Amino acid sequence: MPEINEELRKMQNTYEKILEDLPETRESVIPALQLVQKSRGYLPGDGLEFIADYTDTPLANVYSIATFYSQFYLEPQGEHTVKVCQGTACHIKGANEIYEALLGKLGIAPGEVTPDGKFTLTTVRCLGACSLAPVMMVDDKVYGNQTPDEARDVLDEYRD
Amino acid sequence: MPNPTATELVEIEINGEKFAGEQGSTILEIARENGIEIPKLCHMDQLEPTGACRMCLVELVDSGKLVTSCTHPAEDGMKVETDNERIHRSRKLNLELLLSNNTEVVDCDSDETRCEFSKLLKQYDVEVESYAGEKRNHENIEDNPFFKLDHDKCILCGRCVRACEEIRGRSAIDFVGRGFDTKIAPPLDRSLTEGTCQFCGQCVDACPTGALTSKMRIEKGDPTQVEKTSTVCTYCGVGCRMNVYTKDGEVVDVAPDPEAPANDIRICSKGRFGFDFVNRDDRLKQPLIKEKDEFREASWDEALDLVSEKLSEIKENHGSNAIAGLSSATCTNEENYLFQKFMRATVGTNGVDHCARLCHASTVAGLVRAFGSGAMTNSIGEIKDADTILITGSNTTESHPVIGLEVKKAVENGADLIVVDPREIDIAKEDATMYLRQNSGSDVAWIMGMIRVILEEGLWDEKFVEARTENFEEMREAAEEFTPDRVEELTGIDKKKLRKAARLYANADRGSILFAMGITQHSHGTDNVLAIANLAMVTGNVGKESTGVNPLRGQNNVQGACDLGALPNVYSGYQNVDLEENQKKFEDLWDVDLDPNPGLTVVEMIREAEKGNVNGMYIMGENPMVSDPDLGHVEKGLENLDFLVVQDIFMTETAEYADVILPAASFLETSGTFTNTERRVQHFDRALEPKGNSRPDWEIISQVSTRMGYPMKYGSADEITDEIADVTPIYTGITAERVANKQGLQWPCVTGDCTGTKYLHKGQFSRGLGKFHALHYREPAELPDGDYPFTLTTGRMYYHFHTRSMTGRSQGLDELVPEAYMEINPADAEALEVDSGDLVRVSSRRGEIEIKAKISDRVPSETVFIPFHFAEAAANRLTNSVLDPIAKIPELKVSAVNLEKVG
Ligand code: SF4
Ligand code: SF4
Ligand code: FES
Ligand code: FES
Repeated sequence: MPEINEELRKMQNTYEKILEDLPETRESVIPALQLVQKSRGYLPGDGLEFIADYTDTPLANVYSIATFYSQFYLEPQGEHTVKVCQGTACHIKGANEIYEALLGKLGIAPGEVTPDGKFTLTTVRCLGACSLAPVMMVDDKVYGNQTPDEARDVLDEYRD
Repeated sequence: MPNPTATELVEIEINGEKFAGEQGSTILEIARENGIEIPKLCHMDQLEPTGACRMCLVELVDSGKLVTSCTHPAEDGMKVETDNERIHRSRKLNLELLLSNNTEVVDCDSDETRCEFSKLLKQYDVEVESYAGEKRNHENIEDNPFFKLDHDKCILCGRCVRACEEIRGRSAIDFVGRGFDTKIAPPLDRSLTEGTCQFCGQCVDACPTGALTSKMRIEKGDPTQVEKTSTVCTYCGVGCRMNVYTKDGEVVDVAPDPEAPANDIRICSKGRFGFDFVNRDDRLKQPLIKEKDEFREASWDEALDLVSEKLSEIKENHGSNAIAGLSSATCTNEENYLFQKFMRATVGTNGVDHCARLCHASTVAGLVRAFGSGAMTNSIGEIKDADTILITGSNTTESHPVIGLEVKKAVENGADLIVVDPREIDIAKEDATMYLRQNSGSDVAWIMGMIRVILEEGLWDEKFVEARTENFEEMREAAEEFTPDRVEELTGIDKKKLRKAARLYANADRGSILFAMGITQHSHGTDNVLAIANLAMVTGNVGKESTGVNPLRGQNNVQGACDLGALPNVYSGYQNVDLEENQKKFEDLWDVDLDPNPGLTVVEMIREAEKGNVNGMYIMGENPMVSDPDLGHVEKGLENLDFLVVQDIFMTETAEYADVILPAASFLETSGTFTNTERRVQHFDRALEPKGNSRPDWEIISQVSTRMGYPMKYGSADEITDEIADVTPIYTGITAERVANKQGLQWPCVTGDCTGTKYLHKGQFSRGLGKFHALHYREPAELPDGDYPFTLTTGRMYYHFHTRSMTGRSQGLDELVPEAYMEINPADAEALEVDSGDLVRVSSRRGEIEIKAKISDRVPSETVFIPFHFAEAAANRLTNSVLDPIAKIPELKVSAVNLEKVG
């Protein structure tokens, strides 16, 4: 028991430090989410709870904001984020096969991080590049007209 | 010159007709006020509008713009059309869009909220099949005992989210995710049971689609054709008016009645989800007679004959006073009136009492002495307008949840809140301006200490004291001894803090004191109440709107049971039995000789039974084998009786001791009136037929009485309501006919055409002058010592009621909190090497129990708290039955105990 408390306290101190310059009000929720994510790479549950406490905002509202903006991650992220489009155009052009192929290659479930910490794989709805369908995106870079093989090769480029 | 205080008006034209409304109103509000219907979906009157669904579109004639009328302010000279083809088309399109967000529609057309969406779809001819959208495959929320959220039926209107936040202040749920994947959920994929949810059901009641539905209803096949009956909740003194939905003789669902006077559209978890017990199969359905220690079923005739025979026999052999009766604070006014009439007229004794003895006897004794009336001086609706509230000995948010919400409103409106309680309860943590922790049982000291500060600093209301009170000088002298230093020593309250709190309360314009059992359940409970009355009078904080002294009554009809004379010293309406003119009056009315001597109180009955002076008891709807102090002695008392008849809806711990058990109808199966804590008499109708062969209590009493030679022939409960009005001055205007509406009437109602009394003692106290009392400090009867080093205090918790004979049989409530627990401070827990969930043996000079520990900093060190609801680990095995000399209330709030870890 005592050890757990010890760890909890340490974490609390870390968050306290991260947020130290922000006023303890509701307006600070978004900046606080940004700071915690910057420091920890994602938004862990205890971080959200701390922010809720710190800004005197119900946890449900903090969570709602964190899940509303695509800039926030609730799970640890790989070094690179791979997004496969599932919009209508991409869907028709076989985006699903690409997605399956990548899931198979990386050996992870959607949203998970590969054991080497390199990749996270998710889907998105229409990246606004329908003329290039099927489309995937690695970090900020868009790859159009993909086949499953090509998509696998793209990931290999990021491996090294 | 324009009058600056008059509200500014705007005039707008709706569909060619001119209407005026208050400045700042929305178009929708003005239309509604004038009976013009505009459809709405995401908006509810009680919530802030968001303009999300666009169903309330109207056209601004001049600009041709379509605007959402729920958000758009009405401007002077504006012309609006509320329906035309273009509007109709837009609304229909919006419905189609909403529909594409969900895949299932609950098809119904009753006036329940859950049908709103379905009815609009029909009204606008939307074909459900062709628009139902893509499935989102969210996991439904159902990992709680009470309700389910089915995402496929949800249109994301957000009413649930706003109801939770704005009406309940809980914010347990919110929108999660974005775009197509958005859903309503608690945070972090947790269960609702792990967060701030209190299962009040406000979200369920707000949902216009039935996406949120109670499990009770789902279990019954989610019927959409249901019967609705407006009735009154029986789980606390607030008296929430609620609609009970029934089908095929069973309760299917419950929701607050939108026309409710006391609770508005709110009820708590017990009212919302706790009435499934009525359907239970283990209800008593047939009279039972005990033979050789076993109960066997009997016919009504046989059972009633036996009861009347046995009671008559005892009366003959030992006299009327050898029989004692316990009436019930859960039964109706009519049943309580009839029960005391039966005890007095038929049996011939004043030995009738009920569990008010254990909760507010000292309130009645104290406030009658000080003010002349023992009830709440103000109404629940006035609380939110108080500017200073002092709460002491009331865990308001748990025991009176709706009143708790009103206090929170007052705080939001800027009121200062002072909480004085040995436990740092939620309202102290969440809402209080100041929290003072007094040692258990030291109340006279801190209250008189505050009075001394107020006098010393000249903060008292000299004019009020002069004009409206008497005995001030005696009280002032007594206050002298309560110097801040001495008070700090006695109470543990820092003297600076006490001074600050005293100033805060004394400077109030509208100061309201709320109190409950933390004040009353002491061997000096009457003194505590008198001290509170002193404090209110010295500052002039009584007799005005939102200003007064407000005892919060615990049971749904404990006010009524007292009002109707289920007490050993008074007939109905507090008419003393030992006053000759009252005796005469009732002898004439009832045509029988009456005993002028007050009878025995609850604890005294049990003691006399143990001694063999009481030989027979009639217990209606009470469970002393859990609720009374020092259960060891209750047990002996009941065992020692020659004859015990228990009338109840379930086989309770007390019924086990009975010779005859008479099965009673539940409140949903009878009709009558209850009086809530703000003196409001509320009528309710029967919603169901009595279960099995059970009968309404008033019928049973009449039948026993008739058999005992005093005929009672009432055709309906209404006839009894009218008899009450006839013989009870404060209920004069409360006839069956006048009270048969949803607002009810607040007593005193002393004329045939009265409209009721919102607050008491306006201009003059009920007794004329308010009376100050000189009080001195007395310790609790039993203080911790070497053998029993801890203080035990007892009370209620949110999810259960009284002895759990009802809430323990409600599936959801029992699932959520199935067993007893003891709150213990972290430091004490560490010293005893006890963790939360570990079993602890708690012993006092009277008994011992084993109970699970729950580590909590609510309680101070060296004090433990046990809710009294649980028979398996009954706190009352341990409590002290020492009595307040005036009110005869036992000291349930302070006993000394020892703790040992088990195993
Ligand atoms: S039951 Fe009450 S507290 Fe819980 S989510 Fe619904 S509204 Fe909020
Ligand atoms: S659950 Fe009901 S109230 Fe809540 S957003 Fe969905 S449809 Fe609206
Ligand atoms: S559908 Fe994939 S980019 Fe638009
Ligand atoms: S009711 Fe006005 S926008 Fe929904």
